[in-house]
Amino acid sequence: MSGYFKELFGGTKSLFVGLGVTIKYMVKPVVTVQYPHETLTMTPRFRGHIELVGDEETGAPKCVVCGMCQKACPSNCISLTGEKPEGGKKKVLTGYTLNFTTCSLCGLCVESCKFGAITFSRDYNLAGPSKGAYIFDLKKRLEEKSG
Amino acid sequence: MILTEPWRVLVFLVGIIAFAALNAAYLVWLERKVAGHIQGRIGPKEVGPFGLLQPLADGLKLMSKQLLVPKGVDPLLFKVAPLLVLVPAVMSFVTIPFSDTLVARNIDIGLLLIFAFASVNVMGLLLGGWGSNNKYAVISAARAVSQNVAYEIPMLITVITMVMITGTMNLNEMVVQQAGGFWNWHIFANPLMPIAFLIFFTCSLAETNRAPFDLGEAESELIAGFHTEYSGMGFGVFFMGEYANIIIGCSLSAILFLGGWHSPIGFLPDQGLWGLCWFLGKVYFLIFCVMWIRWTYPRTTLWGLLNLSWKILIPISLLILLLTGAMIKVWPLIIGVS
Repeated sequence: MSGYFKELFGGTKSLFVGLGVTIKYMVKPVVTVQYPHETLTMTPRFRGHIELVGDEETGAPKCVVCGMCQKACPSNCISLTGEKPEGGKKKVLTGYTLNFTTCSLCGLCVESCKFGAITFSRDYNLAGPSKGAYIFDLKKRLEEKSG
Repeated sequence: MILTEPWRVLVFLVGIIAFAALNAAYLVWLERKVAGHIQGRIGPKEVGPFGLLQPLADGLKLMSKQLLVPKGVDPLLFKVAPLLVLVPAVMSFVTIPFSDTLVARNIDIGLLLIFAFASVNVMGLLLGGWGSNNKYAVISAARAVSQNVAYEIPMLITVITMVMITGTMNLNEMVVQQAGGFWNWHIFANPLMPIAFLIFFTCSLAETNRAPFDLGEAESELIAGFHTEYSGMGFGVFFMGEYANIIIGCSLSAILFLGGWHSPIGFLPDQGLWGLCWFLGKVYFLIFCVMWIRWTYPRTTLWGLLNLSWKILIPISLLILLLTGAMIKVWPLIIGVS
């Protein structure tokens, strides 16, 4: 009999404790972000698709067209071209294409780059009508970014 | 303002139906808001400011949907069942005193009438489940009936206790007896009454098939329970009936225990419109509690539900009945007051 009352009081008390927990959550500020109207800034270590890094002064790509990233890529989604300008010493990047449809974001290209010329972007709002929308021209992207 | 007879009926009829329908619509909105905030979300917000037009959009959607009648249903029962849930709930509003003068029919057996209509409600669920020709609906209907039978007993015992204290079944008279501040409310009539209030409130949750006693609609087991086969406004009418029943349950709790349209402190006005405000304030507070409870507790199991009723609520309510009777009859004898 005493067990019955113990259980009854314990149970009733726990019910009120539960109500206390939910009312506390109710008056707390909401945690959801109203996505299309407001977005969060991504963390610095977020791994989006890769992008080229420009020189801080000139804005030209740091890339020296060594092709290490192309070799490192296990799914062959990087292709780049470069040429030596007349009278110049170094090769200059003329085109850098990333086929993001096959990229697995492993980051081997970023690791293999000795010049710090590529990095992860923080883009996550990716949507496109066709496969073609995911063949990124990264050189054009960098030019647009640096203005 | 005194209305002559045919107009009075018409005005109250339209008023009550409008009150029930508007409340059903906006309580859904409130429920979604409360649920959202308890879970750290916002709830409806896109349709109109604070999502206030959401019920309108929901209503339009429900009305524009096709009323599907599946093969093999009982055509009459299938169509009558939603009305059998809604109509008794709306009928119960007839005797609810919203303020000292605002009551459709102030009859002497108001309390009895409400409980009579409340029993028809479960009949609607049973017929809807039976007529749907769907095994889940039948199981759900059977559960709803066993639950209602189990919870009507402690509820009625508590009501008998209350009637013993008040000596009347006229709801308005019951409220009048509780005049003059919250310490005169029947919830403080004797030391056992707060427990009686808890029992009554729990039973009204179970009677209206609300969480945590919504076994009839246990989605994980029974899809949507008795309204599995209903679409469009057929489902909408079931829903309206459910919310109307919640309002009735909370109104009864407010009238029986919390002083109805009386203000909590004696000197504040509670005549006419003020009374309506106090009454609706109490009712909406209780409805908020119903929602708060729904989004706090998980659904009980069937045996847990029946155990709670037969092993805890019924013995305790019987004990309260006995002790209250003793306090009313024996106590005056002991202290020598007739």
